[in-house]
Amino acid sequence: MQKDSVLEMRGIYKTFYSVKALQNVDFTLREGEIHALMGENGAGKSTLIKVLTGVYSKDAGQVFLKGHEGPISIKSPEEAQKAGISTVYQEITLCPNLTVAENMYIGRSKGILTNWHKMNASADKILESLGIPAKAEQQLGSCSIAVQQMVAIARAVDMECKVLILDEPTSSLDESEVAKLFRLMLDLKARGVGIIFVTHFLDQVYEVCDRITVLRDGQLVGEYAIENLPRVELVSKMLGKDLDDLSEIKSGDEEAKIGSEIVYEADELSSVAARYPFHFSIHKGEVNGFTGLLGSGRSECVRAIFGADKVTGGKVRIDGKDIHIKKPRDAMKHGIGYLPEDRKRDGIVGDLSVRDNIILALQVMEGFFGPISKAKAEKFADEYIKLLEIKTASTDTPIKSLSGGNQQKVILARWLLTNPQYLILDEPTRGIDIGTKIEIQKLVLKLAGEGKSVTFISSEIDEMLRTCSRLIVMRDGKEVGELSGSDLTQSKVMSTIAGGAR
Amino acid sequence: MTIAKTGEAGLLKSGRIFRRQIFIPIAALLALVLFNLITDPSFFEINYSLNSAGDPVLSGYLITILDNASELAILAIGMTLVTAASGGQDISVGAAIAISGSVILRVLCGDNPRPDEMQASILTAFLVSCVVSMLFGAFNGTLVAYFNIQPMIATLILYTAGRSIAAWINNNRLPIISDPSFGYFGSFLPGIPIPTPIFIAVICMIIIALVLKFTTLGLYTQAVGINPHSAKLNGINPAFIKFITYVIMGLCVAVAGFIKVTRFSTINYSVVALDIEMDAILAVALGGNALSGGKFSMASSILGAYVIQFLTTTLFKFNVSSSALPAYKAVVVIILVVLSAPAVREKLGKFWKSIQHARTGKEAA
Repeated sequence: MQKDSVLEMRGIYKTFYSVKALQNVDFTLREGEIHALMGENGAGKSTLIKVLTGVYSKDAGQVFLKGHEGPISIKSPEEAQKAGISTVYQEITLCPNLTVAENMYIGRSKGILTNWHKMNASADKILESLGIPAKAEQQLGSCSIAVQQMVAIARAVDMECKVLILDEPTSSLDESEVAKLFRLMLDLKARGVGIIFVTHFLDQVYEVCDRITVLRDGQLVGEYAIENLPRVELVSKMLGKDLDDLSEIKSGDEEAKIGSEIVYEADELSSVAARYPFHFSIHKGEVNGFTGLLGSGRSECVRAIFGADKVTGGKVRIDGKDIHIKKPRDAMKHGIGYLPEDRKRDGIVGDLSVRDNIILALQVMEGFFGPISKAKAEKFADEYIKLLEIKTASTDTPIKSLSGGNQQKVILARWLLTNPQYLILDEPTRGIDIGTKIEIQKLVLKLAGEGKSVTFISSEIDEMLRTCSRLIVMRDGKEVGELSGSDLTQSKVMSTIAGGAR
Repeated sequence: MTIAKTGEAGLLKSGRIFRRQIFIPIAALLALVLFNLITDPSFFEINYSLNSAGDPVLSGYLITILDNASELAILAIGMTLVTAASGGQDISVGAAIAISGSVILRVLCGDNPRPDEMQASILTAFLVSCVVSMLFGAFNGTLVAYFNIQPMIATLILYTAGRSIAAWINNNRLPIISDPSFGYFGSFLPGIPIPTPIFIAVICMIIIALVLKFTTLGLYTQAVGINPHSAKLNGINPAFIKFITYVIMGLCVAVAGFIKVTRFSTINYSVVALDIEMDAILAVALGGNALSGGKFSMASSILGAYVIQFLTTTLFKFNVSSSALPAYKAVVVIILVVLSAPAVREKLGKFWKSIQHARTGKEAA
């Protein structure tokens, strides 16, 4: 083990369902450094971390930790914590109904008696020393997400961790919260804690990290000092190929292809979630989008179109004919497909195979008495696994063991298989790697080229600008503007979202 | 053919067989068979003799097992679906059997508890009992699916009230059917040496196999059990699917109840099918199905039911008194359930693999 390193992993191997998740991966963390672990979805980042924290057992390899003679073996998250390896996950794993101090000390009291006064006092001390704006006796649920995350970090720090793993801690934070988190990270770094930082945001990596380890397809690509690895190179190392020029995706002449006939039109549509009635229409071959901040009502609108929430009013016409959409099945019958925003909650059926997940929507449309034969389902699955380049061991693999991007592709395959004339994609690129993002954007434009209509929603405005020819801007549940043509610029969208007055 | 062969060999070699769901009930069955073979091979004797009615019938422990497991196997079908879709169990099936049996007797007897001849055809009585049982199933299903009550709590209502309702249906009298044709269904049809309940169970299995093959019930129940949100957005109505599994459970109860009353031609409301719900749940668990719902294997559940009966009969043979039976059963159940835990199966698979590795290593050397 090198002198200044706190953690060394050597030759780690891990296999799931015959998928080689990690092959001969090395990882070194030095004292007082912030080390970014980068890679596409399915590259093996999460697996490496789970091996390190004892969630998975490794098939081969060695782990060295400062202060321990020889290789150590960590069999459970508790052991990892005892050894000084703490993890803060993307989703907060604390209890919101307990106080901040209780959350920091839960499961750590030595006897059966608790000195509340002392506990609160020492919690306050730690919070203050780390500059976390929370009080020990405050209920955790009343803090913002960022503060909750910081409390989780404070808990880890107080347990005298030498290695702190932050797994996508910033994905639910806004800019100022991210800044606060970074200050805390730099503070800990100064105290000599080694931090492993997993994120999808390149900007953040270049803001705080000292070193980058890149993984691809379960293999180590390399370890680089941040100053030696410009962004473009990082991206190409993650993808294993030179990045396509993003601006070339949109060919520029797609507006000419938009047909004159309106495929879908809604008047004064509202649902229990989309409270303010809205008007919406889409032409044949058009790609449009709803944009706005998170919670601005853009998802609620498309859910109302698909009948996912209870529709409370409005008129809907498809191909000029009046119809009623009360539940998803009605929308599906009229050729509408919907890829939901929350992939885990609403998209995948975790334990079912990739094959069953792909055929699910088509199967429902075929009806209760028309099961798709296994051979046919296999054929469909193979076809779309090939078409969308889904990485899976087999069609029988449970979808939950796939990486996020590949799960998303399976859901996409599910809807493509139903051959919809109108496809709604709500955040299809969230939490997935750049390569897959580009593939999905290209696919959207290809579908439009085939005469299908697509409504595309994304939190990343540049992604919307690249794909959509018309944007509906939402704020506080209401439509506040519609942009098309030369108005489709980043600044115009931003100012419309913010409200022109300011 | 050769491909299939190497496939199976590979299955054994890689230890994957331990991860197959049906492995546990098969292994349990084999263990029980082996145990009986060692202790007393006569366990497996099947005799061909005349019964009291003068008809030639098959008898022996194996026949007893197949015969007595019929109700349980039928209930396991419904319980598997209920578990898969709603992530909970129906604990009212024992009480519901009392109701369905009571309905059959009431229809056949009319107002007179000891009629000289039946007041309606057996088929009519059976169909009425099916309707009643499905209505009670619908009651459970409504509570679970539309009122979102935990299955165990929802079915606790009928579990508590069911046997009283059963007694009330017959004004608390114990009707007895003297017509021998009624008893045929619980014992032997004249001239056929195999107990009738076995045929009934087999028919039920064929029906459920056909239903699973020619409808999407299997896919829907699993999708709803795993992720109801996602199922809904794919056009499935999760509440209705849950509801329908309880109705199917009701139908299974009616068939099981029919077998139960025809065995005795009468009914004892307080003990008929007592605790059978626990055995049915156990059959599902033994089949390696998660009691929290989702993916299921119908064949494993049904096999689980026969394993339980095999175990019960084996214990009876060793003169374990019926009051001590549950204690012995519990020991075996602990072993089986631990073995069927995915973590243990994974370990077993690995262990097997390492043995294989060591052996091939030696051969090579």
